[in-house]
Amino acid sequence: MKQFAALIQQLELTNKTNAKIEAMVQYFTTAPDKDKLWLISLFTGKRPKRPVKTTLMKEWCLEITNLPEWLFLESYSAVGDLGETLSLLLPPPTQQSNKTLSEVMQDLKVLKNFSDEEKKTYMLKAWDSFETHQRFLINKLIGGSFRVGVSKKLLVNALSKYSGVESNQLMHSIIGNWTVDDITFDDLIEGKHINYDNSKPYPFCLAYALDKPANELGNVQNWQIEYKWDGIRGQLIKRDNAVFIWSRGEELVTKQFPELVEAVQDLPNSFVLDGEILAMKDANVLQFNDLQKRLNRKNVSKALMAEVPVNFRIYDILEWNGTDIRSEALVIRQKHINAILISENQSAISQSYGLKVNSWEDVTALREEARSQNSEGLMLKLKQSPYHTGRIKGDWWKWKVDPLSIDAVLIYAQKGSGRRSAYYTDYTFAVRDGDKLVTVAKAYSGLTNEEIKEVSKFVTKNATEKFGPVRTVKPELVFEIAFEGIALSNRHKSGVALRFPRIARWRKDKLVSEIDDMDSVKLLIAANL
Amino acid sequence: MYCIPGNFYLDPWGKVDYAVISHGHADHARWGMKHYLCVDDSKAILKHRIGQDISIESLPYGITKTINGVKLSFHPAGHIIGSAQIRLEYKGHVTVFTGDYKTNADSLTIPFQPVKCHTFITESTFGLPIYHWQEDSVIQQQMQNWVYSNQKQNKTSVFVGYSLGKSQRIMSLLDGCAPMLVHNAIFQLNEVIRNSGMKLPQADLWQATTDKNLIQNNILIVPPALIGSNMIKRIPNAAIALCSGWMQVRGHRRWQAVDAGFVVSDHADWNGLISAVKATEAEQVYVTHGYQETFARYLNEIGIPAAEVKTEYGTKEDTETNATELPKSA
Repeated sequence: MKQFAALIQQLELTNKTNAKIEAMVQYFTTAPDKDKLWLISLFTGKRPKRPVKTTLMKEWCLEITNLPEWLFLESYSAVGDLGETLSLLLPPPTQQSNKTLSEVMQDLKVLKNFSDEEKKTYMLKAWDSFETHQRFLINKLIGGSFRVGVSKKLLVNALSKYSGVESNQLMHSIIGNWTVDDITFDDLIEGKHINYDNSKPYPFCLAYALDKPANELGNVQNWQIEYKWDGIRGQLIKRDNAVFIWSRGEELVTKQFPELVEAVQDLPNSFVLDGEILAMKDANVLQFNDLQKRLNRKNVSKALMAEVPVNFRIYDILEWNGTDIRSEALVIRQKHINAILISENQSAISQSYGLKVNSWEDVTALREEARSQNSEGLMLKLKQSPYHTGRIKGDWWKWKVDPLSIDAVLIYAQKGSGRRSAYYTDYTFAVRDGDKLVTVAKAYSGLTNEEIKEVSKFVTKNATEKFGPVRTVKPELVFEIAFEGIALSNRHKSGVALRFPRIARWRKDKLVSEIDDMDSVKLLIAANL
Repeated sequence: MYCIPGNFYLDPWGKVDYAVISHGHADHARWGMKHYLCVDDSKAILKHRIGQDISIESLPYGITKTINGVKLSFHPAGHIIGSAQIRLEYKGHVTVFTGDYKTNADSLTIPFQPVKCHTFITESTFGLPIYHWQEDSVIQQQMQNWVYSNQKQNKTSVFVGYSLGKSQRIMSLLDGCAPMLVHNAIFQLNEVIRNSGMKLPQADLWQATTDKNLIQNNILIVPPALIGSNMIKRIPNAAIALCSGWMQVRGHRRWQAVDAGFVVSDHADWNGLISAVKATEAEQVYVTHGYQETFARYLNEIGIPAAEVKTEYGTKEDTETNATELPKSA
């Protein structure tokens, strides 16, 4: 537990990605194999059910410390975490335990079947054998609420650095079917339990933003014009009847979208598709805001699938029945798509078709009304272009719609992280709602370094309240906030959610009295339906 | 805090004629009093921090001075160098005002001495049962191990601590571990402390112009105001550690996004507060700055009459940047 506790402490303290990776590599270099397996298991959310209720743990702690309950609650509110409060209140341990993480985890499995009295005996012994931070972790593991701020991607990067194995393969490995008891660490890393050949994705081809007038691109008939959809870019892979979905962030997200798996599972061919995962109902693309409800869920309920159905909209096809066809021309590649599409209206698979245009004026007009399709603009692709690796200039362009914007006032500021930690760079903005201000957006980008310094100075001088690292600022500085879309949302206090908000410019010419109000913001929603 | 028969104030915030000062921290020793009284070990520090020309007199620990019929004496508080509890006796009634205090011994300060009294006015900065300090030897081991492991990775160990008290404590905990450098604010205070006859480990002056090779892999101690400053950022491979009692709680450690947090406090922990209160055998306890409400309620429950008193003294111990702590020169 000592090693595990030290690692967690390091991961918690630093906000530097490299330091986190370094700490994990160090752990993989020195920890026993079984511990490493447990670490991967815990970090990817695979943890045993909690064997002991936290109310019992609290009861036993009060019994040992002889503290009144109100004082326990006071302490809890100062600490903010039950497992940690317990670990701090308990007297220092009188014994020492050298149990490893895997030994403790093994105990937890057995503990589940114990009587309360036996559980108590175990807990009390554990509390008396581990120092505070280890005790805290044990409480979290036993109480079933262990969590760590390390994404799968970060874990995979560390594993890759340690083992030299490609990170995509590791991602497949750790997500694959395995339990701590039926695999060795080396086999897990090598991917013995998976067939990486089946899941292996290709690097995405990415486009630059159009940096010249469209009519300078030559004959419009050489170009395929498509809507640029606003969802999760992904690769849908079907090989040997196994289906995998990769996100652009190189995470395997297959399990989050069962209807997509089902849609292609029984198709005769094998293929790799590039496309966009969209929330879609009755053949209409919904907003990104709706899709968000489907993301990062461990279990996808039937109800949720019915509320927010998803659709994979195919952009491109990279592999067909085992042959890499990326070097063929776009129009040739796309011919295979027909074999995948069944009946457009029933399937969860659709195609992002080329739009019919006769001139660049047509294209311009399409772009202007793109938002009405819940798309964020257009993609311009040379019909003869291969599927490039990475971002290449010239063959593909994205031509987004102009952003929407509102004027809002700065009300909270927080220092950034990493290089930005010296200045207040993370801002929260509000608009008027009657005589109150309501927050509508957070933005982290859009100002020059000079402007950031100036705003920072203002924040330091005009901070009225502190909530941890957050400063409440006198509402005085007005900014134009640009964003890609707007939707009603009950997750936000203001009732609206902005898509990709950023600072367009600092409106030094405007006073707080001139900022937008909630009504005018909501009008934007109506205007864009 | 005002002593009616004596017509003087203890650690006052408003400008008064006669101020009795428990120790040199900015929230206890403030500028603008007509006359100051403190313990000998604090005199030079007060003059350094408030002004060379202030009207100030001092007493050794344990020596009584009578002011308007009130017998006043200073007793070691173990908080920082020159910190004192203030004992007041008037017509046979003894009151003790602790200022800030620490019951665990360290190698720098004269250890806290409980003083029997009728009325005890205690601080309560860490007045919750979640605060337990470890022995200095244990903390010392943790801190030194951290320095050694930094050295192995070619990193410079930067410790953050209030320039009066905490910095000297860090210096003594790290003595002999690696060459030490300190920020100017600390360097000057160290000089003042040495000049009044106390011994401190060696620590050289660190400035913006100091050769980077001189601090590489070594130890640097800076005041909290420098967290996130360019001066710190320019240090190649710096690993930063906070030293404070608040570091006991994960949430506090994580706020600042530093590389390490050590639980080094100059205040009494929960058990320290309770043992101090019991040792005074006081009939009435008043609880000031910190968790006064909680601690007073608990004392009442264990049979010691107690009430809370609200004051403006700081309770943040080092994790907050203090305006008076800004570096005088870079």
